[in-house]
Amino acid sequence: MSHSHPEAHADLEAGEFGPDLGEVFGPRQADGGPELVQLLTPEGERVEHPEFSFDLDDEAIKGFYRDMVLTRRIDTEATALQRHGELGIWAQLLGQEAAQIGSGRALRPQDYVFPTYREHGVAYTRGIDPLRLLGLFRGVDQGGWDPNEGNFGLYTIVIGAQTLHGTGYAMGLQRDGVVGTGDPDRDAAVVTYFGDGASSQGDVNEAFIFAASYNAPVVFFCQNNQWAISEPIERQTRIPLYQRALGFGFPGVRVDGNDVLATYAVSKAALQRAREGQGPTFVEAYTYRMGAHTTTDDPTRYRLSEDLEHWKLKDPIQRVKVYLTRNGLADQDFFDEIDVEAEKLGEHLREGCKALPEPRILDIFDYVYAEGSPEIDAQREGFAAYLDSFETAGGHR
Amino acid sequence: MTATPTAPAGTTDQGRVITYSEAVREALAEAMSADERVFVLGEDIGVYGGAFGVTGDLYHRFGAERVRDTPISELGIVGAAVGAALAGMRPVVEIQFSDFTCQAMDQIVNQAAKIHFMLGGAAEVPMVLRAPLGSGTGAAAQHSQSLEAWFAHVPGLKVVMPATAEDAKGLLLSAIDDPNPVIVLEHKLLYRTSGPVPEGAGRVPLGKTAVRRRGRDVTIVATGVMVQRSLEAAERLAADGIDVSVIDPRTLSPLDDAPILEDVSRTGRALLVQEAPGHVGFTAEIASRIVESPAIYRLLAPIRRLSGLDVPIPYAPQLETAAVPQVDGIVDAARSLMKDS
Repeated sequence: MSHSHPEAHADLEAGEFGPDLGEVFGPRQADGGPELVQLLTPEGERVEHPEFSFDLDDEAIKGFYRDMVLTRRIDTEATALQRHGELGIWAQLLGQEAAQIGSGRALRPQDYVFPTYREHGVAYTRGIDPLRLLGLFRGVDQGGWDPNEGNFGLYTIVIGAQTLHGTGYAMGLQRDGVVGTGDPDRDAAVVTYFGDGASSQGDVNEAFIFAASYNAPVVFFCQNNQWAISEPIERQTRIPLYQRALGFGFPGVRVDGNDVLATYAVSKAALQRAREGQGPTFVEAYTYRMGAHTTTDDPTRYRLSEDLEHWKLKDPIQRVKVYLTRNGLADQDFFDEIDVEAEKLGEHLREGCKALPEPRILDIFDYVYAEGSPEIDAQREGFAAYLDSFETAGGHR
Repeated sequence: MTATPTAPAGTTDQGRVITYSEAVREALAEAMSADERVFVLGEDIGVYGGAFGVTGDLYHRFGAERVRDTPISELGIVGAAVGAALAGMRPVVEIQFSDFTCQAMDQIVNQAAKIHFMLGGAAEVPMVLRAPLGSGTGAAAQHSQSLEAWFAHVPGLKVVMPATAEDAKGLLLSAIDDPNPVIVLEHKLLYRTSGPVPEGAGRVPLGKTAVRRRGRDVTIVATGVMVQRSLEAAERLAADGIDVSVIDPRTLSPLDDAPILEDVSRTGRALLVQEAPGHVGFTAEIASRIVESPAIYRLLAPIRRLSGLDVPIPYAPQLETAAVPQVDGIVDAARSLMKDS
């Protein structure tokens, strides 16, 4: 079935939620509301905020620019590989680069990340070779990175489950005695990512309860990209998501998720609170999913192209470029070099992806149990004999 | 020879062929048109038309009140349906992938299944929960499971697994009529398959096993997508001179075992095929029913079960295919059953 029904929002606004939706938290295309923390406008101008400030220099901003361009390249390259049949599926992050780079760069090595399946930019900041991500989406391995190398957990597919894992891990940090010691190289925190749709899951709400109850050092980083596949944010909440934190007893902040300076500053402050033993924080990064939910989705079926055009004007990368250019902080060579680097990264992914070793059929039996099992071993032997019974199948083993 | 459910009288187009997915949608539309108490709820079922396109245009035909897009909260969806059912509505839940019933299990198992019993019959929970199950679409371990045995193990639930378009419609209509909670498990690979569904085709009763093909040598009992695979295997076996029956229980709970026991008594050989892992699987129940009945004295060979491997469904296509029974494997198992006797 294929539909194009732009009245989807109209139904929400006129129907079940009553006519006063706009009075609750502004019209749909409001810029995140007055409570939005922003330090770099979509026009590329630095602005002050009473609570949060960006405390790094312009070189760091140039670094963030590079990070975001490379992250976008990972995403577009992987999307193209999926279209060419090289990946089974890909979850696009287009438009969410600033939310991921800003929060990822605010982490210290000892902090731990519990991602969804869309945190390719955060993975990059943790030193994970993006080719490892492709291995997972190509189906040739079951998550090809060691979570303890970059303190970056494996991708979690089932919506919201990782927020509980992150909270539990944060409670473990407390027992390890690495919270609130005052030693910046020791004190650690957890960040767990999730989306606006996940905020409706019991798992996420129970994670909030546990984190509050035990004052766990965890930052709940919600990328509100406005859409849970076809369902708009209004289906999940009637108040701005960050305000939910108040009911659980910890602070919530809404930050411009397309502003890398602000997401960095807010994430840094939230992580520091956690490391110091002041407990959880909810960060709502207000952003937009410019692409599809995954490559199996077609967003033209349920959302307005005007929305997309509106958010294009808030592009997270473009505003940094404007800032750097207008203030004479970077010349054309700087941008060209990064483009060349992105091109090389693209090549690395294209060639590397196709060269990933194919799994063998008998791999199915690996890792079902931590120490193997006699029953699985017997099944493996039986299956091997079955494969051998076909003349041509031996090679598949 | 085949024996499929008889078409109801008064049909206008006996030859009509539609997809399984269209058949489900037709049942939902007919039920909603006939009974104001019927409504559907789930994730992405409105404007989007469902993750597998099953609800399609129902949102535009019946409106947002009766085709309800819900928050991303499976426990909430089923809990709301249980409440609505208790209040006299006829909710039809769609859980986007049957794997996500894991998040709703308390409401399904502890609530929906037990309320009628625990209230001494004072209340009923006439709800339906539809969910796609199974592998074959590259959806990996958490989106490909076949969990039918879990539900069939719970007293108070009815469980159906339609294998044809006609049954997809007819069993769903019966499920909606039923005063109990009914779990309807639709195999993802079947959605795009087509089959005859005569215009005006009606209810297929719950708890009635279908004999899809009657043979002399082996009784194959299969569920879900394995019914079609077994019928394909039957054609190939026929070319070898092996004549098999293919029996589709359709309703796993309550189970109509008489046609199975009768057929096994005749052929003396039973091959039980399911996609789910074999260990404590649904076909173990069928095997038990055979050995607990006089059919055991007629067996010419040990009962043979062909199941998915006891592993999570892998994501890589070639591994995924290898993890569950395919036509080749069914043919092979039937041949070896003949050799063993």
